[in-house]
Amino acid sequence: MTTFLKLEKITKKFSKIVANKDVTIEVKKGEIIGLLGENGAGKSTLMNVLFGLYKPTSGRVLINDKPVKFSSPKDAKSAGLSMIHQHFMLVDNMSVTENIILGQEPNKMGFINYKEAREKVIALSHKYNLEIDPDAKIEDIAVGVQQRVEILKALFRDTKLLIMDEPTAVLTPQEVIHLFEVVRKLRADGMSVIIITHKLDEASEISDRIYILRNGELVDSCNACDVDSQMLATMMVGRDIIFKTDKKPRKETGIKSFKLQDLSYKKMDGTYAIKNLNLEIEAGEIYGIAGVDGNGQKELAEVVRGMVKEESGEIIFNEKVINKYTTLERMQNHMGYIPADRLKFGLIPAYDMASNLIIGEQDEKKYTKKTNPVWRRIVDVLDNILGEYNPVRGLSIINKKAVIENAKEVIKKYDIRPNDHTAIAGYLSGGNQQKVVVGREIERKPEFILIVQPTWGVDVGAIERIHEQILAMRDCGVCILLISLELEEIFTLSDKIAVLYEGKIVLEKPAHLTNKNEVGLYMTGGSN
Amino acid sequence: MNEILSLFDTQLFTTTIDFSTPIVLAAIGGVLCERGGIVNIGLEGFMNFSAFFAVVGTIATGNPWIGLVSGVIAGMIFSLIHGFATIHLHLDHVVSGAVINILSAGLTQYLLLIIYHTAGQTASVPLSLHDMKYAIPILSSIPYVGEIFFNQTPIVYIMMISVVIFTIFLNRTKLGLHLKVSGEHPMALETLGISVFKMRYLGVILSGLLCGLAGSYLSIETGSSYSENMTSGRGFIALAAVIAGRWSPIGALVASVVFGFINALQYKLQIIPALKFFPTEIFSALPYILSILAIAFAVKKSRPPKASGEDFIVERID
Repeated sequence: MTTFLKLEKITKKFSKIVANKDVTIEVKKGEIIGLLGENGAGKSTLMNVLFGLYKPTSGRVLINDKPVKFSSPKDAKSAGLSMIHQHFMLVDNMSVTENIILGQEPNKMGFINYKEAREKVIALSHKYNLEIDPDAKIEDIAVGVQQRVEILKALFRDTKLLIMDEPTAVLTPQEVIHLFEVVRKLRADGMSVIIITHKLDEASEISDRIYILRNGELVDSCNACDVDSQMLATMMVGRDIIFKTDKKPRKETGIKSFKLQDLSYKKMDGTYAIKNLNLEIEAGEIYGIAGVDGNGQKELAEVVRGMVKEESGEIIFNEKVINKYTTLERMQNHMGYIPADRLKFGLIPAYDMASNLIIGEQDEKKYTKKTNPVWRRIVDVLDNILGEYNPVRGLSIINKKAVIENAKEVIKKYDIRPNDHTAIAGYLSGGNQQKVVVGREIERKPEFILIVQPTWGVDVGAIERIHEQILAMRDCGVCILLISLELEEIFTLSDKIAVLYEGKIVLEKPAHLTNKNEVGLYMTGGSN
Repeated sequence: MNEILSLFDTQLFTTTIDFSTPIVLAAIGGVLCERGGIVNIGLEGFMNFSAFFAVVGTIATGNPWIGLVSGVIAGMIFSLIHGFATIHLHLDHVVSGAVINILSAGLTQYLLLIIYHTAGQTASVPLSLHDMKYAIPILSSIPYVGEIFFNQTPIVYIMMISVVIFTIFLNRTKLGLHLKVSGEHPMALETLGISVFKMRYLGVILSGLLCGLAGSYLSIETGSSYSENMTSGRGFIALAAVIAGRWSPIGALVASVVFGFINALQYKLQIIPALKFFPTEIFSALPYILSILAIAFAVKKSRPPKASGEDFIVERID
């Protein structure tokens, strides 16, 4: 086989930080390459160098053994490189056909020949067994189908090397199998494929060869058939990783402490995001909700947290209907929340770690100064009358010392790095940001906690730890509602598994009575 | 009853077209600009600037056609300021638009003094485009309709053609598709190797062109001179028509014509004896109140281009 692409000793420095150091990667014609590495290992920098967005500090790119210089994605495109980004580059309110032909429109004097375009798209989709409706709008089709559109988009423009960034992150197990079939077919047609991933078993299943990046350096490359995921993990992280999180059998408490009854939520456009949803969670149980993104997960979380108002139904916690509780009141009643988007809902990125660790509690006595007892009394009296609307409550002076002490304690306990409470939250790595949120929520001793995507964008090493902490909470009798798109995570943690499809729970079973295939099938509505 | 019927004569509709034309043109300009991703609240300023230069061109040469061309070119050049500020300098679109409006008012006032040594108003143009009124043979002889649509002045015809051309442009052409994507998901366009910058400039310049026509219409077609503040808020009404018309040229046409019609109607209502009881201000305010209501209802269903108003930067590190 001839070499199609070669990255030769690529080094990329950003002022002092070395993002890539002497990375050499070779891709042969008709070969599937797995590119493994944790967040921040330098995968995206490498791809940006390849696509001409970054100029390498040293090293060169060769295509068909000829050195090339790309100064923009356009040059990379014309050399036959295509990339499917993790966040798809599709226009929501345009049709599948329009998205596929964009930039390569069959046209006569600038007028698009939609008939010809449509026929070409259909022919291509049949050829590669990528089923799509050419006239559907992107916003109306499932994520798995959107990925097919992205693949067709690449095929439409004569791609010789296809790069896929975390292609399986959004897919169900069945969709992953289908995707791999397609990728193998592409390989048979002589196309080269690079798959960037952190899912180890998938990497060894699909790839011919695997490259592993760590801290910007190539630590190893190997033939996929020679390694198992345990070895890959060790190479990727640099130390041994235990995959099987130790999960003790659950203590049956029998106390149904959290219930949702006939919960419905209507979106702005009048459609129901959640419809008549019922569930019960016992104290000391992890209730895991699986599902393809966009089936009501976001809305369910927001309703449970009280950020948006439900249309109908009841949220019951410890035998109290808490529909009318504000977010703050829910928090004060020991309901915790670990949001999916930590930078938007979990942290204030511009504030330091110490402040972030007390968010929501800043008015509480333990963090405010013991000022004049008379003033204190006034605040208390007004508190009783006005509750959260008490205007002078926010005027209490924050006790910096208490805040810092709390921060030091949490930082130590949860091993947050850097060990510096003045560090700005937005500049921490993803894993450490998540540790801040997780640590803060656990330290508040919740009785119920809503956890959404707890390990999204978190390093493999940190995932382990976060999972352990969640299980420890369960063992202490906390009632846990886990919503995750990662099936692996749902199965690792949950005691009971439910599938959310189009705003309804279509399957609910104890974890040991179901398997990934069954859940995957329900996730795409395949049950009916 | 007869009184009400007599309201709906051809004159009512010709006045409607008269009021609507500049708004339709500016609104289509706004549509194109926003579909490309640049919010344009400077329509008013563009119009004012070109209205002035249309007069300058006409007085200098005596030919209103050259006046029209100079008005349009002035509009396009002026729009480039907005384009450069928002696309290259990454200035907030609304801030830039507001500055454009103020700059336009100030600059025309200043130029009025420099060129004509007067304040407030220019002299009349020797010949205006209104004198170029052209009745299309056969079509104009259709009763009622012919008089309204086919016995018109040049820019009105241009306006009608613009609606058709730009609808086709947006929905059928390659360039139109690229323009729309640059306002919806610019990164998708850039990763395919098509320049978002170019598309956004295209949108801005087209809005300059169309506002150029609108401004020229005011000063050398219905009017015959430039006076300060002669656009009197039409650019903002056009902005409203963009939203009410859901960012499409045809929608903008409908919204603008509705506004023009109500405006034409209220003049007629003012002279009805039975309605004398109401102060005239109420009638004058009517079109504006109704357009606020129309937008309030339309907004709920209309969806702006997703990346409109968003800055676009490609990180490129050497």
